[in-house]
Amino acid sequence: MHWSVIIPLLIFLIIIFGIGIWANRQVRTSNSFLQEYFLGGREMGGFILAMTMMATYGSASSFIGGPGVAYNTGLGWVLLAMAQLPAGYFVLMVLGKKFAIVARRIEAITLIDFLKKRYDSHTIVILSAISIIIFLFASMTAQWVGGARLIESLTGLSYINALLIFAVAVLAYVIIGGFRAVALTDALQGSIMIVGTVILLIATVIAGGGVDTIMQGLVAENPNLVTPFGAEQNLTPLYVSTFWILIGLGVIGLPQIAVRAMSYKDSKSLHKAILIGTIGIGTIMFGMHLIGVFARPVMPGIEVGDKVMPLLTLEVLPPVLAGIVLAAPMAAIMSTVNALLILVSSTVVKDIYLNYINPKASDAQIKNRSFWVTSIIGIAVVIFAVKPPELLIMLNLFAFGGLESAFLWSVVFGLYWKKANKYGAISSMIVGLTLYIVIYRFAENIYGMHSVTIPIIASLITFVAVSMIAQKVKKIEDYHF
Amino acid sequence: MFNVQDKRFKIAHKEALIGVVLVIINFAIWFGFAYGLGSGDPLEYDYVFGFPAWFFYSCIAGTIFMIIAIWIAMKLFFKDISLEEEDEQK
Repeated sequence: MHWSVIIPLLIFLIIIFGIGIWANRQVRTSNSFLQEYFLGGREMGGFILAMTMMATYGSASSFIGGPGVAYNTGLGWVLLAMAQLPAGYFVLMVLGKKFAIVARRIEAITLIDFLKKRYDSHTIVILSAISIIIFLFASMTAQWVGGARLIESLTGLSYINALLIFAVAVLAYVIIGGFRAVALTDALQGSIMIVGTVILLIATVIAGGGVDTIMQGLVAENPNLVTPFGAEQNLTPLYVSTFWILIGLGVIGLPQIAVRAMSYKDSKSLHKAILIGTIGIGTIMFGMHLIGVFARPVMPGIEVGDKVMPLLTLEVLPPVLAGIVLAAPMAAIMSTVNALLILVSSTVVKDIYLNYINPKASDAQIKNRSFWVTSIIGIAVVIFAVKPPELLIMLNLFAFGGLESAFLWSVVFGLYWKKANKYGAISSMIVGLTLYIVIYRFAENIYGMHSVTIPIIASLITFVAVSMIAQKVKKIEDYHF
Repeated sequence: MFNVQDKRFKIAHKEALIGVVLVIINFAIWFGFAYGLGSGDPLEYDYVFGFPAWFFYSCIAGTIFMIIAIWIAMKLFFKDISLEEEDEQK
């Protein structure tokens, strides 16, 4: 056990915990429990909005998996990672004000609320709720496994103990504090992610003897490491470019991201968040992946990619600083899990319980159900994370693309195309999801593109075609927001 | 009430379009420099501040350029509007 590394991590957990308790006071005194618990009362300022977008988006893969792949692939992987830059500004600019205005007008608290009012269809509500619950449950489990593995390797605790410490910490503040606790802890976690990235990048460059020396080392080992095509030359321009759809543009269709675009306070906050968010995402994605590449000459011969970042940190930094930097991946994992947890819980309580089971629930009942649902989902995830089933791992891997295939066009056209209707939305959701599952299972990288490309294009065509036909046949009126 | 065309939506639509334009510019810079300068023999690359030129222009200078472009676009075109209902309606 490296105590000087663990103490900063413990202090970090205690502060996070304190924020949860503070946010719980807001929850108890608020006069609209639903708005407060699931949206933090729509009060996020610019900095918090930027950080919560960034922290929700940046997950275990940005800090653990990504640098590991970059270690083996070289600068080409950093190029690919930079396709994520639009996630900082594109989502907020496109959904931005319109989504926030509409959400306030129709008092939407979840993404499904919005879809329900816009398309007026139970099929959409149920289809969306099922996709959100299944995919995000799988994502949460995977994040949790990653978090437990990280603590396990740092502290020498057993996997189960590490998992329990991690789970109790996250569950406690999310259950009692709701969205406000999630957003506030995201702000702290996001800041740690940025600071940690910068410290580690500088330390790695120094340990490697400067950028020139590091580059010479890479070229000497394999010149392809410094090309855009990757060490094995398998990163084609087409493949790398299609990542823009998955991790840059399609992000609009991720419910955990979209819901943030309706929870901020005013236009000023939005403008500020766009700038801070882009700088933050740019710094983290560029920094962490470049660190992975630079680690190669500094620490050659690491065989498990996931260990590159923790091992490098312990090697190039003094222990206390290493503790702070290693809080970054923990923060990334916690902030993703907490966002998913509150989203799944809002889907169950708001979209299923209030819509179909008990529409006349009193405030006290809603409050009670919300705490229970959040706790039960959280605990269920922990149980699954003890020994994650095969199916869950597979679902997690395509959760990102699956959700985008399902939601992207329904959200975008729902906001900006008055001829969009429920027939278009339903068929595009089904086409997107089915195609994605089929391509993912049987023909990954079809025609040299990322597997999300064709489903997104196909669901776009389906949406437009079916909406137009339905319009002609049924004479549906145009719909304005 | 949904059939009332809200003046604020005009502004929101314009800003969404700016987002799309910025992404296209972003992609062009990123793609152009990476594959324009990076397709040759890696042993004959030019270097800028220690980084291969394609990488420097595509991933470093390109990112900084985008951040400045976003800042300018927001200063020039983005409007401060109320998100609440009571102000502009009725």
